[in-house]
Amino acid sequence: MEILSIVGIGLVSVTIVIILRQQRPEMALMLSAVAGVVIFLLMVGKIGNVMDILRNLADQAQINRFYLGTVLKIIGVAYVAEFGSQVCRDAGESAIASRIEFAAKVLIMVMALPIIAAVVESILRLLP
Amino acid sequence: MYLDTIFRIAGVGILTAVISAVLKQAGKEEQAQLATLAGVAVVLMWVLQLLATLFDQVRSVFQLY
Repeated sequence: MEILSIVGIGLVSVTIVIILRQQRPEMALMLSAVAGVVIFLLMVGKIGNVMDILRNLADQAQINRFYLGTVLKIIGVAYVAEFGSQVCRDAGESAIASRIEFAAKVLIMVMALPIIAAVVESILRLLP
Repeated sequence: MYLDTIFRIAGVGILTAVISAVLKQAGKEEQAQLATLAGVAVVLMWVLQLLATLFDQVRSVFQLY
């Protein structure tokens, strides 16, 4: 039951963060970031298994590897950007947080452009 | 194994809070400031290491290069 240990980590770190926030707000910020990193690191192995299975399925369906790779990359970029912007927003810097989100959106669009181009191309081929 | 980072940060935070309070009571404001700065630097080192692990893991799982 990993969820029990995750919830335990969350509750313990929230308690420590609340204690620290009055005295040392910067330590509280870093502690909440570290709690997020720790929980993700505990889950990353399982995400990797899911990704392996998805890749296998895509190979069996003979989908071009490039498309699945792009989707995975987009998920990764979105996750990391979300993490960074949440930490910034926790610290009360919502301006920097929204810049991070903006950068993530631009990067995701750049990565998705080849797929959009391929879709448009195949639609054009279908049209007489 | 990552869990002790949380407790280490909590310990350093409480310790620097106490040290800076004591130094401030003793009238050594500058040293209190320095103690705070040192604590933040130490914790930032750990946080950066953990963040590097996180980014490496994300990169290997989602194949970001």
